[in-house]
Amino acid sequence: MNAQFWLIQIFNGISYGALLFLVGSGLSLIFGVMRIVNLSHGSYFLLGAYVALSVIWTTGSWLLAIPVAALAVALIGLVMERVFLRPLGFDPLRQVLLTVGFAFLFQQASLDIWGGNNMEIEAPAALSHSIVVGHLYLPLYRIFMIAMALVIGIATWVAMEKTRMGAAVRATVDDAQMARGVGIDTNRISMFIFALGAALAALGGVIGGTFLGVYPGLDFEILPLAFAVVIIGGMGSLGGAAIGAMLVGLADNFGKALFPELAYFTLYAPMVLILAVKPTGLFGRE
Amino acid sequence: MSEKAKILTVAVVLLAFAWVVPHTTSFVVLLATRALVFAILAMSVDLLLGFTGLASMGQAAYFGIGAYLTAILATKYHFGLGWDFWLVVLFAMLLGAATAAFFGLFAIRATGVYFLMITLALGQCVWGLAYRWNSLTGGDNGINVTVRPNFGIDLTNQRTFFFMILGFFIVTLLSLYVLVRSPFGRSLEGIRERELRMSILGYNVWLHKYIAFIIAGAVAGLSGVLWAHTNGLVSPETVVLTTSVDALLMVVLGGAGTLVGGAIGAAIVFGLREYLSTIVPWWQYVLGGVYVLTIFYLPTGLMGLPARLRQWRASRTNSTDRPALAPVRS
Amino acid sequence: MTRKITTRAGFVAMGAALALAAGLVPAAAQQQLNIGFIAPTTGFLSQTGQDMVHGFQMYLNDHNGMLGGAKVNLIIEDSQAKPDLAVTKARQLVLDDHVDMFIGGVLASEGYALAPVSTELKTLYISSIAAADDLTQRQLDKYPYFIRTTWASSQPNHPLGQWACDQGYKKVVTIAADYAFGYESVGGFQQSFEDCGGKVIQKIWPPLGNKDFGPYIPSIKSDADAIYSLMVGPMSPQFPKQLRDAGVKLPIIAGGTSYDDYNLPFDSDVVVGDVSALMYSAAIQTPKNEAFVKEFRSKYNEVPGYYAEANYTTAQMIDEAMAKNGGKFPGAEAFIKTMLGLKIDSARGPVAFDDMRNPVENIYIRKVDKVTLFGDDKPALWNTVIKTYPNVSQFWTYDKAKYLQQPVYSRDFPACPNCE
Repeated sequence: MNAQFWLIQIFNGISYGALLFLVGSGLSLIFGVMRIVNLSHGSYFLLGAYVALSVIWTTGSWLLAIPVAALAVALIGLVMERVFLRPLGFDPLRQVLLTVGFAFLFQQASLDIWGGNNMEIEAPAALSHSIVVGHLYLPLYRIFMIAMALVIGIATWVAMEKTRMGAAVRATVDDAQMARGVGIDTNRISMFIFALGAALAALGGVIGGTFLGVYPGLDFEILPLAFAVVIIGGMGSLGGAAIGAMLVGLADNFGKALFPELAYFTLYAPMVLILAVKPTGLFGRE
Repeated sequence: MSEKAKILTVAVVLLAFAWVVPHTTSFVVLLATRALVFAILAMSVDLLLGFTGLASMGQAAYFGIGAYLTAILATKYHFGLGWDFWLVVLFAMLLGAATAAFFGLFAIRATGVYFLMITLALGQCVWGLAYRWNSLTGGDNGINVTVRPNFGIDLTNQRTFFFMILGFFIVTLLSLYVLVRSPFGRSLEGIRERELRMSILGYNVWLHKYIAFIIAGAVAGLSGVLWAHTNGLVSPETVVLTTSVDALLMVVLGGAGTLVGGAIGAAIVFGLREYLSTIVPWWQYVLGGVYVLTIFYLPTGLMGLPARLRQWRASRTNSTDRPALAPVRS
Repeated sequence: MTRKITTRAGFVAMGAALALAAGLVPAAAQQQLNIGFIAPTTGFLSQTGQDMVHGFQMYLNDHNGMLGGAKVNLIIEDSQAKPDLAVTKARQLVLDDHVDMFIGGVLASEGYALAPVSTELKTLYISSIAAADDLTQRQLDKYPYFIRTTWASSQPNHPLGQWACDQGYKKVVTIAADYAFGYESVGGFQQSFEDCGGKVIQKIWPPLGNKDFGPYIPSIKSDADAIYSLMVGPMSPQFPKQLRDAGVKLPIIAGGTSYDDYNLPFDSDVVVGDVSALMYSAAIQTPKNEAFVKEFRSKYNEVPGYYAEANYTTAQMIDEAMAKNGGKFPGAEAFIKTMLGLKIDSARGPVAFDDMRNPVENIYIRKVDKVTLFGDDKPALWNTVIKTYPNVSQFWTYDKAKYLQQPVYSRDFPACPNCE
């Protein structure tokens, strides 16, 4: 195993991490702001991919699919938060069961609308080959995934840190009661954050779906990974989600390459250790 | 309803169940057997949720450990297929308890959401091992358990097997009933209600939770053994996240804190998953709907329905606070 | 005199009445044949499952829903490719729906899970896909109600190993899905390849269903001559694409499922030149296959893969076996006996059975090529047949008794002395 092996594996791990950042950052925001354990997050991911497929089938445009999918799923998230989650208040168990119930509903609906086949989202031809750097073949699509994650991550960070809306969000995360006292409409913030989280997951779905394929069951496959990102990186922290995603992507990649028998264990065991030491995750805010 | 009346009702229902089921079709007997095994798992979840106020999203881990232990002993070592079956039951309960003891060290410090997350992670650890540790667990293929233990009775007869599982259910139910009625059980309920007060009163809250966690692990391990022989196949599907979540739903649906609520919930969930699914293709809407509707309209589960009705009738004009669903400590 | 006439007349009258009655009474009520069909119609193998169902149904529809004189009641159940679920559905089909037989199962793990059910419930189980070797080898006696109509996992890979030697390949890296089917395919290839002088120098096992080969491709040893790949379902289109994207130019020789015929039209040209071995190819140039492919395409808008052909031919076999039993289902064991005596001329070519209830048939070495076939107006990707090995059984050229003494192919058998 030479330098080339390690370099490629690191590259692969980071590109996978980019995908996980997209799906995990949404969950991290939702959890950080609203303390909601959203088990339908994987469904948002998958729905994003399915909506993208429909857009591509009708318009042929992969680029158009991205914002349309994000918006569509954001809408679904919005409705879910407003109508179903808000009445529950802060009750983790009920949230878990409600969101799981919805996950099943989404799964069945997806089956009815799009069918049960494995489908592929075709990446645009421009992204479908590799560039050669030294001896390394780097598939352009993986580079694209990393770039997208960076762009979206930075955009979200800027929105959080530099805008008034972002300040309101951070205030709500830190102390919701105080935020309300200062006149921030925490309900609106919650709704917005939930929709944003869903949109991020959907983006992950479109971009990831091109990479992983789109099929029933993908929702429950990606869900524990999203949680791993959130738990390791910290709930409510965007930067934490980025680092968590990188760690999970690298651990997953190297685990599979080097310790195939323990692959998933090498992923979830660190999760347990981190939670035991710091229940809010590495960079979590409490 | 008085305590005695409740016990009597449960006894009557169980007797009726034991009488009716063997006279139905083989398929219903099979379904009932499978649901009963999960009812035992649900009881372990109920012990934690309904009585201690801990919502665990990882009970499938101990369930799977019990099941895999049984399968590995049966296929690789030809152990557990005779009278030594009872040893396997014992070992599985011990292993379940030991695993819970180990996991509990990480988990019990957390509460509420964090407890949910960490138990989820622990469950996933076990899943990951089951899925990839091929040499031990057969990986994705799982392990086929094709022979039922033979200790004098013919367990290949579906109805006889049903009675044995029913027997395990009843014994577990009675044991747990005794446990929750004991001072220890009362303390658990106290912790569920007012953890802070209990600790001020001098109770070692952590230890109580820890012990409850271990007992739940043992019971889940037991149900795993029974599952291995009921299902005939142990695979990573046994330990998947959905299993833990289903178990939670069964308890919530039936009524947390009632021990038998889980059995009712198990019957409904299994009825949907394994019966309705063969009749109509849209059964998952019903399943998802059941999850959602339970949360909104049946917070105390089906067992809590009579009480709710009474309350509703009694105070039609006042707006009632949502009756407490075993509040999860946060 | 009068009495005689009366008696004779009476007899004649009675005879006439009886004849009339016989004519009026309908022929004995048509036998109904209840068939349970277990396939993954949803989930990650849903395309496979649907291919299976379409194949079987097309034959049924072509024959007015009858097989061998009996009216078929086909009950299709979704297994989602999960062995647990397959077993539950099988039990329900037998106990609740009272099927005479159940067919199907895709993954080897499903086969290994369903076969015991057939023994437990004493019902005929026909595996029309599940290829698990041992079901018709070392474990045959455990399953007296079981018969397979397709192939054993290792069966097509034996001749492929020989073919690889003939091409001059000396060192091969295998990358195969990490489950029974993968092990048995690699095992079959490795045994025959190493018997004729080749060496397997590395074995990689991505999990079943894995779609990101990023972790695995970089570790492929660079001194190999070729790569043997065994991919299933959604893995199949991804692997060659990602392999070539990563700049690896080694030729691919593969198990048949790596290049499912129904996927080929959607693949890009990266797969041209890839070789695989199977008992079927949609590109077989016989009149029977041409008719089959054309009909399937017009009905389902898809090229039939072997899943469709296997089930179509299974229906054909049931048809002939039922006909030989006068349209009545004679019970599992007798039915199996009838099937074993069949010699079928099918879309895949001639098929017979060996005495261990597995087919003996042609194995085709196929190469992906862009050609125009069957009256199409433009070229497409097909698994063109470049060599045919006739009459291949599950034991290849090995002595049956000796072969059965070695263990079933697994992750560790054959051992890999040339691996690092």
